[in-house]
Order: sequence, then C-alpha cells, then structure tokens
Amino acid sequence: MTFDLETAASPKGLRRVAIDPVSRVEGHGKVTILLDDQHRVKQVRLHIVEFRGFEKFIEGRPYWEVPVMVQRLCGICPVSHHLAASKAMDLIVGAVPVTASATKIRRLMHYGQIMQSHALHFFHLSSPDLLFGFDSDVARRNIVGVAMAYPDIAKKGVLLRKFGQEVIRATAGKRVHGTGSVPGGVNKHVSRADRDALRKDLPQMLEWAQDAVNLARQLHMQDAAMHDSFGSFRSNMLSLVRADGAMDLYDGVLRARDASGRLILDGASDQGYLDLIEEEVRPWSYMKFPHLRALGPEKGWYRVGPLARVQNCDFIPTPLAEAQRQEFVAWGGGEPVHATLAYHWARMVEALHAVEVIGELLDDPDILSGGLMVTGTRRSEGVGVIEAPRGTLIHHYTVGADDLVTMCNLIVSTTHNNQAMNEAVRSVAREYLDGVEITEGLLNRIEVAIRAYDPCLSCATHALGRMPLKVALLGDGGEVIDHIARSSTGEIVRDLAARVRVDG
Amino acid sequence: MSPGTGSYPVYAPRKIKVATVSLAGCFGCHMSLLDIDERLLELIQHVEFDRSPLTDIKDVGPCDIGLIEGGLCNSENVQVLREFRAQCKTLVAVGACAISGGLPAQRNHLDLATLLTDVYHRRLGMSEGSVIPNDPELPLPLRHVHPIHEVVHVDYSLPGCPPSAEAIWSFLSDLMAGRTPHLGPDQLRYD
Repeated sequence: MTFDLETAASPKGLRRVAIDPVSRVEGHGKVTILLDDQHRVKQVRLHIVEFRGFEKFIEGRPYWEVPVMVQRLCGICPVSHHLAASKAMDLIVGAVPVTASATKIRRLMHYGQIMQSHALHFFHLSSPDLLFGFDSDVARRNIVGVAMAYPDIAKKGVLLRKFGQEVIRATAGKRVHGTGSVPGGVNKHVSRADRDALRKDLPQMLEWAQDAVNLARQLHMQDAAMHDSFGSFRSNMLSLVRADGAMDLYDGVLRARDASGRLILDGASDQGYLDLIEEEVRPWSYMKFPHLRALGPEKGWYRVGPLARVQNCDFIPTPLAEAQRQEFVAWGGGEPVHATLAYHWARMVEALHAVEVIGELLDDPDILSGGLMVTGTRRSEGVGVIEAPRGTLIHHYTVGADDLVTMCNLIVSTTHNNQAMNEAVRSVAREYLDGVEITEGLLNRIEVAIRAYDPCLSCATHALGRMPLKVALLGDGGEVIDHIARSSTGEIVRDLAARVRVDG
Repeated sequence: MSPGTGSYPVYAPRKIKVATVSLAGCFGCHMSLLDIDERLLELIQHVEFDRSPLTDIKDVGPCDIGLIEGGLCNSENVQVLREFRAQCKTLVAVGACAISGGLPAQRNHLDLATLLTDVYHRRLGMSEGSVIPNDPELPLPLRHVHPIHEVVHVDYSLPGCPPSAEAIWSFLSDLMAGRTPHLGPDQLRYD
C-alpha cells in the first residue's frame, strides 16, 4: 500500500526538519519532513511518540474501577472515557437500559464535556492562528495574545469553557476526573442549587455560543478560497447518529458516507464494530491506522469528529444549531464539505447544539430525582461507543466471573483521524513547503492543519488494539520483503504475492 | 509639580516567566490550571508563558517557575525534564503522575518487552514479521514509569489528580508574591 509522501523512496542524504513538539494540541506528537537538495518534500509524517499501555494494565482490575481509571487517559475529555466505559459496563452488569434519570444525567455530563472541550479548542488553542494569521509572531500566537488583542473573544471563550466545566462538576462531582457515572447508572442527582445556578447562566451562554458559530463562519468566509483549499482532501466520514438520523453524541448507530456523501454504512450496531473496522500498525508511530474493513486500508480510511458528524446526520434536533447546520451544508453546494479548516466551523455548530441540549436537560425534573441504578443478568462482554468531542470513541471489555477485566480494547477518536491528519499535513507540505526555504511560519501551517482535527494525542498513546492487522516488512530500499495479515478469524495469512516495491 | 516629573520612565514590574509541560500525563493538570477561569485573564497580567502546550515556543528558556505535569515514561521525557530543571529557578511537580508516576506507573509490574510484544505482536496472533513500532523518530520507552523527583531536584509538589484550580491558584499567587506557598488541608487532595 502506498500513500503519497508517506515514505521517501530513498531517505539517505535527505535533510530532516522536525516540528517537535507539535504545540497547542493535547499530548505528544511531532512532525518530520524529509527534503532533498532542491527543498523538494520527499516524506512527511505525523508521529505519535508516546506509549503508555493503558489497555494492558486495565486487565486484572475489577470492572467497577474501570470508568474512573480509564478517564485518566485524557484530562481534556475524561468524561468521554468515563461514559464510554460506563456504557460498556452497563452491559456487563445487565443494566439495559439504565434509568431515565441516569441517562439524562449522563447526557448532561457529556454535552457539558462537548461544550467545554470545543470552547477550549477553538478559543484557547486554535483562535490565535485564525485571528492573527498562520505566520504571525510566535510570541503573540497564543491565548495570551488573543486576550490582549481581542479581550472580548478571550473572555467569552474562557466563560463558555467554564460553563461546560461547571456542568461536568454538577453531574460528575469534579471538573476533571469525576466519579458520577458507574456501571449500571450514576451515583448522584444534580442538586437543585447547581441546577438553578446553571439555568441562570444559560441564556448568556446561548448568546455567546451563537457568537462563536458566527465568528467561526465569518473567519472561514473572510478568505474562503484559502480556507476551502488549505490541507483539503476528500475522504469517507464516520459517526454515530440517532436511529432516526438525528445528530446524537451520547448514543446511536454507526453511519458512514463516502466522499460524495453517499451512505456506505448505516444503522450498524456499535456492538459489531469489530466486523466493521480494522486497524493497521506502521512502524513509525505508536498510533494505529483504522479503516473500514469492507473497503480496505487504501479506500477505507475515514474522518471522524465535528466535520463528519455535522454532515453525516440528517438533522440536528435543536433549532438554533439546525439552522447553522443548514448554512454549513449549503456551503458545500450539494457536495460534502471536505475542507480541513471547516472543522472549526462545524465544531462551533456542535458547541451551540451542546448548549441547547444542556438547556433542555436542565429543565427536566428527572435530573433532580428518580432511580439512579439498575442491575440485571450479568454478562461477560460489553462495547460502549460514544461521540467524544473529537469523534467516535470505542471501548470494549470482557470481564471474568471473578469480576476482573480479562480484555480491554480502545479505539479513541484521534486514532480514527490518523490517516486524515497525515493526509492534511502532506497536502500542506505539497502546497506550501515544496521547493521553498522553510520558515517558522510555514511550519506553523503544518500545525494549523493538525490542530483543525483537535487531536488528543494522549488518548491516542494509550490506544492499542487487538484487531486484525496487516504488516509489511520492508527492506532497506523500501521493498516489501514479507507481508503478513491476520484475518478476522485470527488466521495468519502470508501474502507473498504482495512483493511489490513501495514507491515513495 | 516639579519640572520634568512627567518624563521619568515608568517601569512596569517584570512579568514572571512560567514554563509548563505535560510529560507522561493526561493534560488534566493543565486543564485544572485553565479551571481558574476568568482569573486566567488576571494571571496573564503578571505572567508570561514560555514553553507550554498553550504557546508555540518549542524549547524552554530561562524561567522563574516550571510546572511539570506527568511522570517519565520515555527517554524524551527525561531530556525535557532536565532542560526544565536547568532553566527554571523553581520547579514544581504538579499532580499525582509527576509526584509518584500516577496511573501510567500501573504498567511497572509488567515487563516492558512483554507488554510491547503482547500489544503489537503476540496479542494479535502474529508470529515473525510483525513490528513493534521501532522508528528512530520514536523515543525509547523506559522500563518503568518514574516520578520526576528520581531524576531532578524538585522544589515543590502539588498533589491531586488533578490538583484543584483553587490549589493551583493559591500556590501560584504565593509564589508570585514571593511567599513560601502554603496549602491548607482543604486544598490538598490525593484522589
């Protein structure tokens, strides 16, 4: 398999430029670029450089610890892991379905998470690029610079994020690494005092969230040609949607569209994810490369997250965000929007939706009272899938009769976007870096493309799958020496016919 | 008013330089720092950020305060920690992972080679030919996850997973005012 610019035909003698670390993203990543004497780009890779092995040491732990342990994968989206693990453990304890109160309190927690994470990403991390320009002064290109130049924007960002964090605190007990969700339900109601305080702030948040969508859209429009083409490429898109096709970030069925927007997967149960998605290891990154099994690694990779979700769903079930979604979709003029930078716009549409959903749930008496926990027939296996801020998050566990976890498999959102982020940086490298003297501002463009995906690289460093895998052993010159695959049944296939030269 | 008064230059107090990094952590301690909310806008009146996940400064320069989140899980973590120690007058271990290794240190009872093999090779039912990611661009994982005090001198430790925003705020306020930081029992937590 070959992807353009992934592997230089002959890396010897090429000059190496590194962006290390990639900044204003969560976690540890670096980009390496190999150039020849004429500054021609020969290879570009986004490496995920850390290995932590969470999935392995979760094995042997009691299942009830898992929702609080695994959220330590990530401090930005701990709620997503907390809830995906809880949903999987609901199946283990036979709590199907959990109570109305538990579902609504978890949803509230989750939409609080979406809101704070999206606000953090747009305002604290990405807005400096969009407001000041990609090659603006390094010293100013951060949230402090934004606070100095655009105090009003910075303040709204800080307070939108604060509101989301407060929703999490009210439901999970703590802003970061809370304990509210447990296998079978939740362990507390929302207090009346917290509910009232949040309700009081809601109208202001709705207004600011609308301002945020308008700002993101306006920034896109200001230089529409550049925003549409920057780091752009066509791809499939995957997400959960509600059974009726509505956007739903807490629960649903899997849906995928191809690059032209045609459905290629719909109504698929998340429990069968292993039949749908396959992962591949490449030796230069600890992060795996997933793809749709039916389409294979070259055609089957896809994007997840706001860009996918806003276009995969048929509608958003809240009025303000739905109006914004329609504007977004209209921008594509009948074709899906594939622009990498359109992620920001789509992300703010979702942030607005999250505030609307939070408003609905705060008005619901079930969050203040009602049954919290249920149990049922104990099972040995469970899959929990949720739409985390960055995309589809999959948790899969098996638990023994002694209540200890025997297997844990996680595919985190950022991993799904691995190929896409690599494509985006290669697209930028081709367009802006090829054949020219590289400057800091040009290198920041690479990071701008990565940032659009809001990667959570800490999450990605823990994700180590157990899924079918294809491995090619390459010789010095990049030629395939050996090619092995494990089929879905676990059988090892050695495909010697694949002895073809890998062309950079 | 004596003549010339208005022409004396008025020096703003120098901003305190702060560098932050997340090593083998989850970014949660940085999130807790941001959880000081609108006080962040006040903080940046007095503080200038050097290398940090919030800025694009890639190498740490001379700083007053270095905040370290996360323990040490690979060779690069060690190198970055040493650079921070060399550049920062006051180095603070922020959160459970920096102080004790935290949750990632749960892998310490497993043999690293077995762990990697299990994950990228044996567990997948592979025999020969499959690769543990091994590119020279990837830093080598350490056999065990270490707390940072095992490698450098640490001036202060701020416990919690994560330490609360209140604790971080009062700690930084003390440091910036030149006081010895003191956290009351309500601000110390070991979750």
